[in-house]
Amino acid sequence: MSKLLVNERAIVVPGELIAEGMDFLPSTGTYRANDHIIANRLGLLQVSGKVVKTVPLSGVYQPKKNDVVIGKVIDVLISGWRVDIGGAYSAVIGLKDGTFDFVARGADLTKYFCIDDYAAVKITNVTSQNLIDISAKGQGLGKLTGGRLITVNSAKVPRVIGKSGSMVSLLKRATGCRIVVGQNGLIWINGTPEEEYVVVGAIRMIEKYAHISGLTNRVETYLKEKLGEEALNRPEVPEEQVGESERPPMRERRPDRDRPRSRFEGRDRRERRPPRDRPPMQASEEKTPQGSEE
Amino acid sequence: MNSNVKTHVANAIKKGFRLDGRKNDEFRKISFEVGSIFTAEGSAKIIAGESELLVGVKLTAGTPFPDTPDDGVLMVNCELRPLASPHFEEGPPSIDSIETSRVIDRGIRESGSLDTKSLCIKKGELVWMVQVDIVPLNADGNLIDLGAIASLAALRVTRFPKLENGKVVFGELTDEKLKLSEFPIPVTVHKIGNNLIVDPTEAEEQASDARITITTLDDKRVCAMQKGGDQPFSEEELKKALDLAFSKAKDLRAQIAAL
Amino acid sequence: MTKRHDGRSNLDVRKLQAKAGVIKKADGSAYFKIGNTAAYAAVYGPRELHPKFMQNPRTGILRCSYNMLPFSTTERNRPGPSRRSKELSLVTQKALLPVVDLSEYPNAVVDVFIELSETDAGSRCAGICAAAIALADAGITMKDLVPAVSVGLINNELVVDLDGEEEHMNENETPDVPIAMIPSTGEYTLLQMDGIMTKDQVLEALTLVKPALQEILKVQKQALKDRFSEGEQK
Repeated sequence: MSKLLVNERAIVVPGELIAEGMDFLPSTGTYRANDHIIANRLGLLQVSGKVVKTVPLSGVYQPKKNDVVIGKVIDVLISGWRVDIGGAYSAVIGLKDGTFDFVARGADLTKYFCIDDYAAVKITNVTSQNLIDISAKGQGLGKLTGGRLITVNSAKVPRVIGKSGSMVSLLKRATGCRIVVGQNGLIWINGTPEEEYVVVGAIRMIEKYAHISGLTNRVETYLKEKLGEEALNRPEVPEEQVGESERPPMRERRPDRDRPRSRFEGRDRRERRPPRDRPPMQASEEKTPQGSEE
Repeated sequence: MNSNVKTHVANAIKKGFRLDGRKNDEFRKISFEVGSIFTAEGSAKIIAGESELLVGVKLTAGTPFPDTPDDGVLMVNCELRPLASPHFEEGPPSIDSIETSRVIDRGIRESGSLDTKSLCIKKGELVWMVQVDIVPLNADGNLIDLGAIASLAALRVTRFPKLENGKVVFGELTDEKLKLSEFPIPVTVHKIGNNLIVDPTEAEEQASDARITITTLDDKRVCAMQKGGDQPFSEEELKKALDLAFSKAKDLRAQIAAL
Repeated sequence: MTKRHDGRSNLDVRKLQAKAGVIKKADGSAYFKIGNTAAYAAVYGPRELHPKFMQNPRTGILRCSYNMLPFSTTERNRPGPSRRSKELSLVTQKALLPVVDLSEYPNAVVDVFIELSETDAGSRCAGICAAAIALADAGITMKDLVPAVSVGLINNELVVDLDGEEEHMNENETPDVPIAMIPSTGEYTLLQMDGIMTKDQVLEALTLVKPALQEILKVQKQALKDRFSEGEQK
């Protein structure tokens, strides 16, 4: 007779006995020892049918193909750039994945990415030898100029993004900041210092209460407290695409900011928002040079 | 540091609203836990934001230096152990840890706060040796100021161990406390762009152009200084830095005195 | 059976305290205190290993560093490596290695830094206890936690978890056996000894220590669970 000894969604620690009997099957984060299933990684227990697994709560980032992450350039190579993406291994942007430009033979590659530059990149391949290819070309990818970076544990990133990106768009809508969330836990925020401060506070809150229901309410209350009632009633920022829930692709462009500046000069930035039905512009991040100037 | 990120930090400071929401001349809230280390004659843990340091004072009896036969010995040492940050490495003390040690040491030593003559047990033979060791557990900036403040807190609660036939009986503390006549408080002022801030976080330290540590004793006297960082200070900036150091040290001194 | 100087019975461990996640910049960390012996442990990695010649293309490697802070001993402990700290780093690594699986991280390293902030005997065991919590906190794949405690011989009676006073009770050093175990399999991963015991006493010590290790294990597990249920409405 098989028996589950731990409640679903409970926190299990390495060595903890999860189930007895041969009816259950061990998946990630668990192993079988005779007729016992035991956890071998700290995580939240999930049982689907007969399959027992755990969802990590901590640890360094595990790179996955198609993840959008934020990396830091650590070396300029002969034909590309080496990038620290926070995991156990660094990744490489090949020359052809770094820029749309024509690159002359022997050109100075620091023109595109310098050491210490941050970039939003997409993981294009992870080999069995732990070689990681990334690309900085595509929507929402490229060098990140201005702004500040904060780090959360990569296990908490789905909660920062929210279902279908709901949490991050709530933050963007309420504060007016531009936000890029990397699956590796690096988050780039760009706005005024006051707005950014509110976003950081909200993210720290999400981090702390990540495993608790009613997170959105809690964040909304916080935002109202910091920014006033009307903050939550600002118009939706149009999104270029909506991904699958919990792991949507990156979204970070603000069509309103990508429009020519002159049109709105001298007016409050909050009024610059386009009507809801306006289609998003197709400019990539690196072409929006407003950076951090005031 | 990435020049974009640096500019961003500098812009926030220019506006007077730092990354963690503080004003430019605002210290993080400091809390202490004193006397918790069982093996130390005095100890303090200081927490300010994400920075946390542990200081232990060992009081031992030993032979004085030949050139100062009736002076007790004071040693201050800061070790940046790799436990606290991925930037700290195993091995011999880094230049950062040596500078931190020496700046804190200088502040306490030059203040004359600790009367080394009173630490003499028998001239030329036996004196008290006061060894202060500073270890960051979490490093998020301003280790010099916080290390020095925690050292003072630890020294303030240090009690002499029992002495029998010229030997220390460890674990048996007397009621006699180490006496501090002054509270030399260092305040490190950082220049970022054209603005001055105190109590920087690690991110702000990385964006810093220059810094000056000014250790003050009260409203009038300075007992130690150290200029660091790659850029120079103008005379005007130094005047402002001095004013800042005096005014900030006042609050901090009151906190130590209240322990 | 006579009571010990602090009122414990022969099988009692000292007061235990553990907390996970105390070092913010580390990938995993813990504080573990047993009586007046306290250890901090921080885990960094898996991360890239330099220099390259140390890399192992088959698996990630585990590096441990055991260090006593200068004020953690009765006489000030001079900073810098000693023969003792190097040996204890080694046995700590060997105590943890059997439970840790780094095969998914060839060429990489997991660093464990242990700092003793105060000691009153049993510091290597406290270090291992803290390190095991820190490794789990870092999300490292490991088949079990590792609790550790020592067994000593006082007046020809085996007692668990010697403190400093008991360690120096006899003329010579009190015989002392530090033990670490993989609880789910009952295998021993740390076993050292100094002093003299009979063969039967050694065998008895191996059995006698088990309830104490279970008690430590409970505290280690709870520290990890508490860290992640922080903020939860109880």
